[in-house]
Amino acid sequence: MTAIPASARIVLDTEIPARVPWSAIIRKGQTLRIVDSHGQQAVDTLFYAADDHGERYSGQDTLRAQGSAYVTTGTRIMSTEGRTMLRMVADSCGLHDTSAGACSCESNTVRFGHQTKYLHACRENFVLEAAKHGLSKRDIVPNLNFFMNVPLDTSGNFTVVDGVSKPGDYVEMVAEMDVLCLISNCPQVNNPCNGFFPTPIQVVIYEAGED
Amino acid sequence: MILTEQEKAEVEANRQRYEQHKALGQQQAPKALPPPTPRDGAPIAADAIIHRETVPGGWYYVTKLGRGEALRLVNTSGTSCVSIQAWNAFDPSERLNHADTIKVQWAASLRKGRVILSDMGRALLSIIEDTSGAHDTMVGGSTAATNAARYGAGSFRNTRDNFVLAAGKLGLDRRDLHPSIGFFAPVAVDSQGRFEWHGERRNKGDFVDLRAELDLLVAVSNCPHPLDPSPSYAPGDIDIIRYQAPQPAADDLCRTVSLEAKRAFENNAFYLAGVAGRA
Ligand SMILES: [Zn+2]
Repeated sequence: MTAIPASARIVLDTEIPARVPWSAIIRKGQTLRIVDSHGQQAVDTLFYAADDHGERYSGQDTLRAQGSAYVTTGTRIMSTEGRTMLRMVADSCGLHDTSAGACSCESNTVRFGHQTKYLHACRENFVLEAAKHGLSKRDIVPNLNFFMNVPLDTSGNFTVVDGVSKPGDYVEMVAEMDVLCLISNCPQVNNPCNGFFPTPIQVVIYEAGED
Repeated sequence: MILTEQEKAEVEANRQRYEQHKALGQQQAPKALPPPTPRDGAPIAADAIIHRETVPGGWYYVTKLGRGEALRLVNTSGTSCVSIQAWNAFDPSERLNHADTIKVQWAASLRKGRVILSDMGRALLSIIEDTSGAHDTMVGGSTAATNAARYGAGSFRNTRDNFVLAAGKLGLDRRDLHPSIGFFAPVAVDSQGRFEWHGERRNKGDFVDLRAELDLLVAVSNCPHPLDPSPSYAPGDIDIIRYQAPQPAADDLCRTVSLEAKRAFENNAFYLAGVAGRA
């Protein structure tokens, strides 16, 4: 893992325990680093313009801007208003998804059977965390899934397979506007996005310092 | 992270359960998907038609669609792309969820026999007829910026603005907009995951029939898809036919094609029994 420059000012450095939600504002110019501390953990992530929550992450605009079904270094993370919210500047893993959305109690019943209804799920995390910012379920849109391996084959088949992220793999994004970031450190154990065993992640927000 | 023996056993049990679901889902159990509808097939009985309208290129359309009614979207020109959004008419916080639609059915490609799911684990729309299977769930509709990049300076209507307008006329706003599904948008990915446009899979006269499985609000936009390589902005007309679909039989294709679809319709039944007093 590349070290954060010694001259940088660390705004926040925190561990998000397995299964729980988190949120913070990332100011324009600040860098968000998400570390998959133990490997094979899906990090479900949403962004909103900090001063206008009606402008939010758009997975479809992001994929179109990227020209491919996956996101990696260089990807512009786009808003519903066609603006770049953040730019991915580092990616030690190489496989992230933004087509599969988040798990929910309701979709789990369809995908895995009605007996999975009362299991923790990312939508529950998102709605609880969004409520702290005056947002509701209505504002939860399909999200980015860092470190989640969702191969799409040329005949359109779509699966979630074992993540390839190793302990310490990370992504870095530089904010191009002030953004509210919501994370659900995915709690579900019905598919391999967490290796069937959710683990903690680390989030660092920092500002480049003077050299 | 070091797992205990008990944790390892739980991981292994979960993995086996997932592999079973995946095998069944990808085998399309218990039924196989049928071939596409012929372009001259599936006539609609005249007395089933409730409304018919031509939507010019670049424009949009909003409608309420009662449960059991269907919309036929017809690509009369062969050059159109029809993007849709949909909401539960009684509670618009329940809306079309393209991510669940493709993830739950193990397929990013929509075609006859598939359903379009809401974020609440219910079937919103069933694809009961479809001539092409050439639709987009990944890239979404055009915006002012994509039009400017493709066509240069000028005034070209786009799908994002159409949906903002449509939402406004339904009493909703841009916070209610969600990723859309684009019909007659032959988008595929290559082995590297890069998007490809397969224009030969879109033809004049293609149609798709969407049957409402709940009472819905539906918005439709008729603008060129952002990946459509045509250098000129020339979307054709589309025809929209709203009609009373035949009563689904016990072995209705979309309701029984997969275990996932069956469970989604079980969720619909629970909901309808509670909310609308009918199962
Ligand atoms: Zn999740």
